[in-house]
Formats: sequence, C-alpha cells, structure tokens
Amino acid sequence: MTLTQFLFWTIAALTGLSAIMVVLTQNIVRAAAWLLFTLAGTAGIYFLLGSDFIGATQLIVYVGGTLVLVVFGVMLTAQGPFVNMKAGAGDWAVSLIVGVALYAVLAVSTLLTAWTGEYPEPVDERSSANVIVLGQALTGIREVQPRTVLAAQRGYTRVSYILPFEIVSVHLVVVLVGAAYLARARRRTSRMPEGVGG
Amino acid sequence: MSDPGLSAYLLLGALLFVCGALCMATKRNAIGVLIGVELVLNGANVNFMAFSWFNPTFRVEGQIFALFVIVMAAAEAAIALAIVLNFYNNYTSVDVDIAEQLKG
Repeated sequence: MTLTQFLFWTIAALTGLSAIMVVLTQNIVRAAAWLLFTLAGTAGIYFLLGSDFIGATQLIVYVGGTLVLVVFGVMLTAQGPFVNMKAGAGDWAVSLIVGVALYAVLAVSTLLTAWTGEYPEPVDERSSANVIVLGQALTGIREVQPRTVLAAQRGYTRVSYILPFEIVSVHLVVVLVGAAYLARARRRTSRMPEGVGG
Repeated sequence: MSDPGLSAYLLLGALLFVCGALCMATKRNAIGVLIGVELVLNGANVNFMAFSWFNPTFRVEGQIFALFVIVMAAAEAAIALAIVLNFYNNYTSVDVDIAEQLKG
C-alpha cells in the first residue's frame, strides 16, 4: 500500500463516517460539528487530487465561513426543543431504504462504467492547475491547444471564464445585500395568530 | 501518483451526496436541511475534482467549476440562514413542518 493509497483511504473513511454521522445524529449542534469534519476531510481529498488552491479555498470559505454561519444560525435558533428534533421511526425506515437504494444505484453505475484515462500521467509543473493557471483561465489569458479542425485553422484558441466570474461576483453581492436586508434586526410589530403559528 | 483510481473518488462523492439527500429528508430542523444541502454540494465538488484530476483536458475547468460551486454554496448558506432567522422571528420555531402557510 503506497502512501497515496493510505492517505486516501484514511481521509475517505473519516469523511464518509462524518457524513453518515451528520445524518444519524439528532442533535443539531453535533450535526454541525460532524459537518466540520466532513468539510475538512473533503479539503484533504482536494489536496490529494493535486489542487492545493481549491483545498485551501475549501478550508477558508467552507470551514472558516459557511460553517461559522451555520453555527451562528444554530446558536440563534437553538432553544430547548429545537436542539433535538427527532423524526419518526417510519420516516427513518423509509429514508434508510431510499438511501441504501440510491447509493446502490450510484455505486453500481460507477463501478460498471468503463472510465477512460484511469491512471493519469504525472503532471509537469506548467500544466498543473496551480493558482497561476487558474487565474489565467478566469481572465482569459490562457491559451489552449485547439482540438477541433475548425479551431486549428484559426490557431490557438483562448478559453475565458471571465463572464461566469462576473456573474458569480454580481450574484454574490446581490445575495449578501439581500441576506443583510432579510436578517436585519427589527421589532416584531404583530405576532402571527396562534392558529397559524402552530 | 493517485493510486485509488477514479471510481474510489466517485464512490466517496456518491456517499456524500446520499448522506446529504437523507439529511435533507429526515431533519425537521431547518438548519439541518441546510447542512444536508452543504453535503450534497460537497459531493458534487468531489466529483468535479476527481474528473479534473483524472482527465487532463478537464483539469482547469473542473477546478473552476468547483470554485463556482463553493461561492454558490456560501451565497446559498447566507440567504438560507437569513430566511431561517426571519422564520424564527415570526414563528419562534425552526421546524420545517410548521412552514405550511403556502400549502394549497
């Protein structure tokens, strides 16, 4: 067993067990804690897959940002009965059957597919997608080898992701302004009627 | 270099996806549902990264898609938590079974 295999199976086992525990635990605070281990393990998988930048982004944005957001949501809303909310036994049985069946379908279709390019060539320094290549691709500077005949007649082609980048940026700004608007502190003027509020 | 092969990574991504879907289905806490969505997005990201590693022509594209998914997940978590807090302000509960005012 090589080092890569050992690292992969260790990290994958940790990630998978944490993900299963997120589903199984009934305490919402513990679910958030297990989610932390799942996200950190996923970052480790990204490091194993040779993209250090995405792994670092996963750690910073997910573990450092999104998870803190979730934990704040838990703290602001977790009072007494809402920390433990159990689903019924029937729900558990049905969801267990559905989950096992769904995973069986996915696993069988994954294992039965003949994936090509199973063992990649070792990447050299220039073609590895480090942060420079990613930045060049986002801004459209990167030149790629043309693969079609039509593109080969024009010479090198450039693939730019600057439009999706702009869309994502504007989307993020709009979403954050909307979130700040929705979650702003304000006095409750009129409570819902008891019949509606349950 | 990466011995486990593409299928191992895809199986891990599928496990994360199924766990997230089950989490969305079984949790009655709205934040639990949000945690399930995060798991599903992570499973998709693992698949993107695995394909980007094992298919050299997809190397940069897979990582860029993964970046977009991460940004989308952050935006989605922010807006969902704002909605959950608003719901909690109105109903003093985060039980998704109570949110049935739009039920036809």
